[in-house]
Amino acid sequence: MIPGAFEYHRPGSVDEAVTLLTQHGDEGRVVAGGHSLIPMMKLRLAVPTHLIDLGSVADLKDIKAVGPVIEIGAMTTQHDLIASDLLAGACPILREVALTIADPQVRYCGTVGGNVANGDPGNDMPAVMQCLDASFLLRGPKGDRQVTARAFYEAAYFTARADDEILTSISIPAPATGHGYAYEKLKRKVGDYAIAAAAVVLTMEGGTCKNAAVALTNVGDTPIYVEAAGTSLVGTPVDDGVIAKAVAAAKAAAQPAADMRGPKEYRAHAAGVMVDRAIKRALARAKG
Amino acid sequence: MSDTTEMTLEQREATIGGIGCSRRRKEDIRFIQGKGNYVDDVKLPGQVFGDFVRSPHAHARIKSIDTEKSKALPGVLAVLTADDLKPLNLHWMPTLAGDSQAVLADEKVHFQNQEVAFVIGEDRYAVSDGVQAVEVDYEDLPALVDPKRALAKDAPVLREDVAAKDNVGQGPRKHPNHIFTWDIGDKGETDQAFSGAAVTVKEEIFYHRVHPCPLEPCGCVASMDKIKGELTLYGTFQAPHVIRTVVSLISGLPEHKIRVIAPDIGGGFGNKVGAYAGYVCATVATIVLGRPVKWVESRIDNLSTTSFARDYHMTGELAADKDGRITGLRVNVLADHGAFNSHAQPSKWPAGFFNIVTGSYDIPAAYVSVDGVYTNKAPGGVAYRCSFRVTEASYLIERMIDVLAQKVGVDKAEIRLRNFVKPEQFPYKSCLDWEYDSGDYHTALNKVLDAVGYKALREEQAEKRKRGELMGIGFATFTEIVGAGPSRNCDILGIGMFDSCEIRIHPTGSAVARLGTKSQGQGHETTYAQIIATELGLPSDDITVEEGDTDTAPYGLGTYGSRSTPVAGAAAAQAARKIRAKAQKIAAHMLEVAEGDLEWEIDRFKVKGLPEKTATMKQIAFAAYQSVPEGLEPGLEAVNYYDPPNFTYPFGAYLCVVDVDRLTGEVKVRRFYALDDCGTRINPMIIEGQVHGGLAEAFGIAMGQELTFDENGNIQGASLMDYFLPTAVETPVWETDHTVTPSPHHPIGAKGVGESPNVGGVSAISNAVVDAFAHLGVTHMPMPHTPWRVWKQCEALGIGE
Ligand SMILES: Cc1cc2nc3c(=O)[nH]c(=O)nc-3n(C[C@H](O)[C@H](O)[C@H](O)COP(=O)(O)OP(=O)(O)OC[C@H]3O[C@@H](n4cnc5c(N)ncnc54)[C@H](O)[C@@H]3O)c2cc1C
Repeated sequence: MIPGAFEYHRPGSVDEAVTLLTQHGDEGRVVAGGHSLIPMMKLRLAVPTHLIDLGSVADLKDIKAVGPVIEIGAMTTQHDLIASDLLAGACPILREVALTIADPQVRYCGTVGGNVANGDPGNDMPAVMQCLDASFLLRGPKGDRQVTARAFYEAAYFTARADDEILTSISIPAPATGHGYAYEKLKRKVGDYAIAAAAVVLTMEGGTCKNAAVALTNVGDTPIYVEAAGTSLVGTPVDDGVIAKAVAAAKAAAQPAADMRGPKEYRAHAAGVMVDRAIKRALARAKG
Repeated sequence: MSDTTEMTLEQREATIGGIGCSRRRKEDIRFIQGKGNYVDDVKLPGQVFGDFVRSPHAHARIKSIDTEKSKALPGVLAVLTADDLKPLNLHWMPTLAGDSQAVLADEKVHFQNQEVAFVIGEDRYAVSDGVQAVEVDYEDLPALVDPKRALAKDAPVLREDVAAKDNVGQGPRKHPNHIFTWDIGDKGETDQAFSGAAVTVKEEIFYHRVHPCPLEPCGCVASMDKIKGELTLYGTFQAPHVIRTVVSLISGLPEHKIRVIAPDIGGGFGNKVGAYAGYVCATVATIVLGRPVKWVESRIDNLSTTSFARDYHMTGELAADKDGRITGLRVNVLADHGAFNSHAQPSKWPAGFFNIVTGSYDIPAAYVSVDGVYTNKAPGGVAYRCSFRVTEASYLIERMIDVLAQKVGVDKAEIRLRNFVKPEQFPYKSCLDWEYDSGDYHTALNKVLDAVGYKALREEQAEKRKRGELMGIGFATFTEIVGAGPSRNCDILGIGMFDSCEIRIHPTGSAVARLGTKSQGQGHETTYAQIIATELGLPSDDITVEEGDTDTAPYGLGTYGSRSTPVAGAAAAQAARKIRAKAQKIAAHMLEVAEGDLEWEIDRFKVKGLPEKTATMKQIAFAAYQSVPEGLEPGLEAVNYYDPPNFTYPFGAYLCVVDVDRLTGEVKVRRFYALDDCGTRINPMIIEGQVHGGLAEAFGIAMGQELTFDENGNIQGASLMDYFLPTAVETPVWETDHTVTPSPHHPIGAKGVGESPNVGGVSAISNAVVDAFAHLGVTHMPMPHTPWRVWKQCEALGIGE
């Protein structure tokens, strides 16, 4: 439980951090809250020899509304998400999700950027970002580029981010006022990653679903955006029949591994139950 | 001297703070301020560190170990392997169960994470790098994971070192992977009970492999003073004196040159009774290097290598008449002991006190047989918060009586009331040879039934069942056997399992008491002082209690199996009584009357008929150092070694109510009512704390804790990512209650309580879960009742979708 030896860097700006990352190539790694990376270093599953701490990088830590888009700096902590009035009004699902992550101690350190960049299928934020159709802003030696959350995840711990890029912020198109949302997470205890979890965001208009998105956590190598589940709801009054269709689509998309949380069939089934419950709760919250 | 003459009797009692008062825990003042002193807080000048290279394989031959690269690293001082320990004959060590255990793997590894080499370095970082740099070449062998395969003809032979022996310490063996067979009871009589029975039931009941997982893992600091030839060993020891004797026996160092110190301990629950490779290696390393060596486990080391608990594959059978009155009990057990037989139990008891399996019930005939086998898993088998194998036994009978209730169609409370040992039968001799000291089981259960409104709960359950909802009500009406133990039954390495207390009264009337036990959080500093306070009439606040330093404390067998109060607590009372007897002589001298003219009242002797003529214990204490009667030696102290005449038998009646979500398999404990009877209650607040803690652990075990292995012997779930330690969020609210049935043979009538809630809690929760499915024909469900397992049950019944 002791990490290997490493050099510690504490750059003051994103560009400086990118330079360090470029210099050290494979051997460099940025650390944000450290609550995923440091446990892996202690088990020597990760052995970076240069650790680049983003803790002193200016301007990575705010939450703001820019027109119809919400921008969240990568170093915003999970606790900041919970405490934000702006998010509580404009995108309350983030608060709901953050509250299911670990415990207050972890959330004071753990960042939203680290949570989405980590690439661990157990992380809760990625599915939610897919559900919200968020984009991640990456800065590398060649400048900035944007990748959508739905296109970001390739396999466990593999993402579209290049080794020399830093995730600087997350842009979320603000969901319509009156939208319904829910994050249902089944877990064994507080601080546990999900057995299965589902994020649902939907908008109702005159009793009909105008748009809907469904995504799953920890039932595959990556977060799973289930487009078919969302589309099956759109244009309907979201009654039990269509909910069952969405659930079936989600279960078909889930590809969980067996682990101590349960065998595959149980976790796929659980994903279905979570989707069912999330849709119903989102529906109850939706206005219109 | 404070003047207590003006006080009322009640005020004087209150000043004493003795038996029965809920005084706050003395030790918490330091614990809650972060000022405890644990092993890892011990920092000696020149101290270095050690850690293990561990086997990634469960079963493999070691072809070679190359330590050169490791030794060449900066800060690495030495690397020990079995070959280095061989000349000292320390590469194997004897176990408490008569087997031997590899200290460092000798030619073969027998379980994953087994200790292969010990790297010593200047700091933890250097050691960690050094561990990585040791190169071990293994030849993988097929692993034996399923104990049911252990005795098969074609099973891989694990222990080549003892393959040819017909006995490894606990009786004849029938296979190279077989350790012992232990049986008890009248087989013929039991068979007869079954052949004539109106009803019989049978169930396979597995009590899974769990681990005590104390918050503080195991560790030690060994320090050899080469000039004086003295070894000091600090460590997480529940039984420091036993460790001193073991170290002396295996190292050859004379026992008076060894000082063992157990500082504050962060929870033990049985995990810290055994002797581990780390202690031996740190000791060898300090002798070699002449510098103090610290070894502290990581969480994964702790969960995967130091003593586990349970792993009992049991088959239970009950015979009964048509009304559910039990006429016979038969139990067969296959006990998975892992790679070495190193369970920490009284030496003559290979299955502990499993023969308490008749529980609280008056069963006329019973027969029990237990076979222990080797598998490629970590060794151990400790009492995880229970007296030896009592939880297994209690779980078996508490489950079986429910199975029987379902078969004969009798209510689960009623079947217990029908079978309980009756109050007038005590002292009760069970058909498996125990003599229960006291009990009143009917009163306890009836009190619980009234308190929870049992009838209404069953009605609610019936309503819910109509609606397709799952609600379960579970009982445990257990009897524990604690206070090991009478030396005629119990010894460890031949040493009788007595315990001890030495009390010294200072001239100003305060005192220090030292005992052979060792608190790991139980609050001994508080409760022992209360016993002495009541016996001697000195305020418990003025009595310091010390344990854990073998240079100062009298020899004792340590703390586990709820033995502290029954054994050392008795020693404290007896030592105090010796002092009071001497004090009476001094008082008589002071008051110029005959000893027989005095009577004792709370904190003083009074002259009969002359109530104003008194000598308080405080005054007597001073006199003991000033003017004692002729012929009496000065001073006021005593020591008592207490060999208990019998065990004590605490009992309880628990009721648990659960709701099951059939779609997710989640179980919610809605209500838990725990009535405990531990005889005389020394500190009700501490009892309540012990009950809460024991129930929380029971909840953990019943609902999620498990160590499993894949087919290659890779351990699963040995970190806190998976191993279920419930937090305050998951833990149910506990309602506690009590009755008081004192032990007739214990000096103050106390029985011990720390483990009862774990013994009863697991069964009550598990019984509630099964009860939720009872109307659907389910008689048993394997623990732990994790969501996926419970859902599989729903799925099998067609109610999971
Ligand atoms: C006990 C415990 C329970 C937990 N439970 C949950 C849970 O239920 N759900 C959940 O989602 N998470 C959980 N976590 C993880 C926690 O949320 C982490 O904080 C989070 O996953 C990572 O964020 P971080 O800021 O700590 O990142 P770090 O650990 O510092 O980094 C994680 C990875 O992301 C990379 N990284 C970080 N920031 C950037 C960036 N700006 N640009 C590029 N790469 C970056 C790092 O190089 C590293 O590879 C738990 C953690 C603990 C310790």
